[in-house]
Amino acid sequence: MTTENLPVPVLEVHDLVRHYRLPRESLFAEPGHVFALNGVTFEIHKGKSFGIVGESGCGKSTLARNVMALEPTDAGSVKILGKEVVGLSFDQLRPLRQHFQMVFQDPYGSLDPHHNVGRIVAEPLAALGAISKTERENRVRDVLQSVGLKPQDISKYPHEFSGGQRQRIAIARALITHPELIVADEPVSALDVSVQAQVLNLLKDLQDEFGVTYMFISHDLAVVEYLCDEVAVMYLGEIVEKGQTEDLFSSPAHPYTRILLDAVPKPGAGKKRERIKLQGNVTGQTERRIGCAFQDRCPMAKDVCREVKPPLSPVAPDHLAACHFSDSVMKDGL
Amino acid sequence: MSEDRSLSFVNRCRRSRSFVVGGVMTAFLLMCAIVSLFWTPGSAYDITIANRFLPPSGAHWLGTDQFGRDIASMLMTGTQNSIVVAVVAVSIGLFIGVGLGLLAAAKRGWTEEIIMRFSDFSFAFPAILSAIMLTAILGPGGVNSILAIGLYNIPVFARLTRGSANSIWAREFVMAARASGKGRFRITFEHILPNILSIIIVQATILFAIAILAEAALSYLGLGTQPPEPSWGRMLNEAQTLMFLDPMQAIYPGFAIAIAVFGLNLLGDGLRDVLDPRLSRKR
Repeated sequence: MTTENLPVPVLEVHDLVRHYRLPRESLFAEPGHVFALNGVTFEIHKGKSFGIVGESGCGKSTLARNVMALEPTDAGSVKILGKEVVGLSFDQLRPLRQHFQMVFQDPYGSLDPHHNVGRIVAEPLAALGAISKTERENRVRDVLQSVGLKPQDISKYPHEFSGGQRQRIAIARALITHPELIVADEPVSALDVSVQAQVLNLLKDLQDEFGVTYMFISHDLAVVEYLCDEVAVMYLGEIVEKGQTEDLFSSPAHPYTRILLDAVPKPGAGKKRERIKLQGNVTGQTERRIGCAFQDRCPMAKDVCREVKPPLSPVAPDHLAACHFSDSVMKDGL
Repeated sequence: MSEDRSLSFVNRCRRSRSFVVGGVMTAFLLMCAIVSLFWTPGSAYDITIANRFLPPSGAHWLGTDQFGRDIASMLMTGTQNSIVVAVVAVSIGLFIGVGLGLLAAAKRGWTEEIIMRFSDFSFAFPAILSAIMLTAILGPGGVNSILAIGLYNIPVFARLTRGSANSIWAREFVMAARASGKGRFRITFEHILPNILSIIIVQATILFAIAILAEAALSYLGLGTQPPEPSWGRMLNEAQTLMFLDPMQAIYPGFAIAIAVFGLNLLGDGLRDVLDPRLSRKR
């Protein structure tokens, strides 16, 4: 697996592009596009958790679906364990899928109500090919135990479980093939806060036990801070800032990150904090523009931001940001 | 656990009044059909002019018609005919229509366009008109009327199946199945079909009633079942000329058709409550 001294990253995403075509408005008009991903690059190393944050519509879930090869990618490359998956057919991908599995957002929608737990959890095994019934049951029992469910739950149906338990079933399904990578698309945002903590702790424990790597998508900064080693902040289909979690949370270098952090409620009543609120909604998903993607909503946008697109460049060791003024953002705030 | 499920299933059956009433009516029809295979109170075929227009009596429960045939026996034997036509016609529509609908939802794109535009096309012709057209081409007869009704059922099932299958395809558990590496064909049979089965069963029950009605209509027009096989539709037609002489002759088959259609509709409605509690209307 290793080429030199450096181990191959579990996931390497390079310059990933995904544009959705909109339906034609008229026969003679060119169809419009939604620019969901505009060149996303990152890599995740074994046993690490990589968080991706951003508001609705920034392309987080599109990124997850493209990494999971669930929809065609327009350009760029996705390498899992050093193997390119973009451009492979569905049948070619099937044997590779045991190495990367997914946990979905809604535990009420991601489990088929007509299948029992045993069948749901064994689904990735069933898709891989035939294995004996006893072997399958043993593996299902093992994995149910590791996510904190009882072996006798195997014959129950999803409607007999609570939201948190259902998400455990979904995690068990993702774990059963012993994957290297688990893509988790907002796995706790549909759960109660107390249950969120349980599920997050479970994910952490499983990482210690099996050494899985997480690509963790969330809009909840507190959750990402708790679980992730590295974080990337996305805006309009681009990564605008990326770094170690502590660095990025303590000294954000992009105004968007700064504003997101300011929006997190902090305990302690009464004290008014200085904070900048984000104006307006995500705009410009359907047009290509010159300059910085964040220019319309940025409190410190200057002329240069409207003309030159800032590259994602290092501002500190292991810390990248795409802003012309990242130095001053880091030092003085906005 | 499974005991629990079946218990609540039986409970739901019992609580749904339309399921119980519709079920009893449908069971009665089925019983008439089965009994008539072995025994009828009189003869539905023998013409005895001396016995014409007899009033109801112990020997002839509902009297006799203008040829002296026993009306009760004709109704019972006619039930067989109606049920066979409806079962075969609905099965044709069910298998081909559901197959096409599942294919359209699984493939999307051009396959879906072609299948759905084709079913729109066949919807543009009124059902009874296209059935008449078909029997005019193929000639009147029981088999051809089955074929005509069955063909009409195909787009009905195709539409329903494709619509509900599409909504299941959009669910996250299907995405999860794809992420596991399951192909479209496999997902269709393991996830899509079980989730839309209850909707299809309900629709089949209701189309069963419509098929009985359509068969009666075709026979009434002389395009369906041919004499001497008794048929509700043809009994109505023959009674029409005797409307003022013996009105009961028209009322009996009419009543039989009404019971069949009403019972099956109730059963379909009740099945909806029983199979898919989420779909049932609040009462």
